[in-house]
Amino acid sequence: MTAQNDDRTPPVRSDRSPWNWLLLLPIVLPLLPFLFNAEEPALFGFPRFYWLQLAFIAVGVASTTIVYRMTRRRNGR
Amino acid sequence: MSEHLTEIVIFTVLFLVVSGMGFVASRWRRPESLDSLNEWGLGGRNFGSWVTWFLVGGDLYTAYTFVAVPALLFGAGATGFFAVPYTVIVYPIVFLVLIRLWSVSHVHGFVTPADFVRARFGSPTLALLVAITGIVATMPYIALQLVGIEAVLKSMGVTGHLPIVIAFGILAAYTYQSGLRAPALIAFVKDTLIYVVILVAIIYIPTQLGGWSGIFGAAEQKFAATPSAADGITLTATNQFQYVTLALGSALALFLYPHSITGVLASKNRDVIKRNMSALPAYSLLLGLIALLGYMAIAAGIKPIGTDTNTVVPQLFDRMFPDWFTGIAYAAVGIGALVPAAIMSIAAANLFTRNIYREYLRPNADDAEEARVSKLVSLAVKIGAVLCILFLDLQFAIDLQLIGGVVILQTLPAVALGLYTRWFHRGGLVAGWIAGMGAGMWMLYNIPNPATGKAHFGGSAFSLEKLGFDTKITLYAGLLALAVNLVVAVIGTVVCRRLGMADGPDVTRPDHYLADEGDPRIKDLDMSTSST
Repeated sequence: MTAQNDDRTPPVRSDRSPWNWLLLLPIVLPLLPFLFNAEEPALFGFPRFYWLQLAFIAVGVASTTIVYRMTRRRNGR
Repeated sequence: MSEHLTEIVIFTVLFLVVSGMGFVASRWRRPESLDSLNEWGLGGRNFGSWVTWFLVGGDLYTAYTFVAVPALLFGAGATGFFAVPYTVIVYPIVFLVLIRLWSVSHVHGFVTPADFVRARFGSPTLALLVAITGIVATMPYIALQLVGIEAVLKSMGVTGHLPIVIAFGILAAYTYQSGLRAPALIAFVKDTLIYVVILVAIIYIPTQLGGWSGIFGAAEQKFAATPSAADGITLTATNQFQYVTLALGSALALFLYPHSITGVLASKNRDVIKRNMSALPAYSLLLGLIALLGYMAIAAGIKPIGTDTNTVVPQLFDRMFPDWFTGIAYAAVGIGALVPAAIMSIAAANLFTRNIYREYLRPNADDAEEARVSKLVSLAVKIGAVLCILFLDLQFAIDLQLIGGVVILQTLPAVALGLYTRWFHRGGLVAGWIAGMGAGMWMLYNIPNPATGKAHFGGSAFSLEKLGFDTKITLYAGLLALAVNLVVAVIGTVVCRRLGMADGPDVTRPDHYLADEGDPRIKDLDMSTSST
């Protein structure tokens, strides 16, 4: 199977990229309770516990978006 | 009942409109024929970014979540907010994993996670274990979707099981006819309704309750007055580890659930998945805000119907909104149950068809037969869920779902690690699965819940004291069971290799994990080989 299809085998590709390390940030931050397990300072009436964890959502979105943009296959296929 | 008439009418109308959409969905993106699992079970494997966003969002953030998470905050406070860190960390964790799973499934035409395990480790037994685990974990989850509908019906004064049986009957009929296209199309309506309701709720309700500081203040007062030391609007020194391990364990478990994988495999290329990993957290924000409805209910002085705290959010809507908008909100929750219930039953049915029926009963089943069996099994699964609610205690379904999370985590070494490494021996993985399951069950069995007076299966927070440690710290049982699983799998692999036990063949190749839309599939390759 491999032999007959050498001409159709796609070029060597990889998912490796230094940008992928950025994904660790939104994984680690929410797992550190000492960062957010407090009431002060409050923001718009939200204790820190709530607004900071909601803010981590933004960190997650930013990280995954950056990694997606930076690792897009330019001449993909 | 008459005082809820407007609500009931709006709920019923929206429910019927959506059901109509479910039947029409079989014509949407019409294929030549629905008689294959690729079409019926995966919607043609061709969903773009938007459809996938609505579908997977509607699939993961279920009606039960929308009702149960605020109920948790209402009852216990900060610990219920774990849903937010959980749904933050899940996407970066699976970002690189899912594209590999998608690629290898694309090349080989896998429909279920067990299909992958079968091909990777050459072990029908291991695939069978993964399939059974998936089905067992999914069944109670489907039953729980009924809880969401029931909470809403109760709040409208509708009692008895007949309405639920009818609702599930309609759901079963259009899932049978349209397959994955039905929930994909309905998800648009469901998610739009939920977004509208929640945006209105979080803007309007706080103005009626003295602003956010007033809401948090009321919650703090309530928890200060209870005798329990574990509740409060922040975590305590002992339960914060449970909080983060539960968030991590749940995040690892989420994309092992067969229904999540179904949504991912239905997308048309890798970019769709990557884009969704950054777009799906919009639902996490929504979920975080929904969670806070639990505190709003405290501030508004809502009392649950009976002891069912799942009714606090419907009750809050009823108190705060005009009748017509409450009707829309209830419909959002009710329809919210249909999307995941449909996808879950499809996923469970596919597991049965591919990894039990075709593997052990009818090896020569063709595409059409597979689709026919899956359709029938999806019906059976829903009947099972309804029977579960009718004849068993509701608490039983909740317990089973709790167990489900611990159980599904035990497939992580074979499914998720298997995407990266072929180092494990199939014997080691089977041994690890058995050990992880055993440890998980033992821990869950030994977790009491003093609040409800239960001695067993009272939660997922395992006290390290039980292992002889001098501490009050509790951790998520699922993660501990997974650790046991991994240790045994590693030792088992080494032992199997030493003993020279035969390992299964691996029919995947490294480049299969990097393939994208347009790349040749194995079937195409076979055909090109035979024609040249």
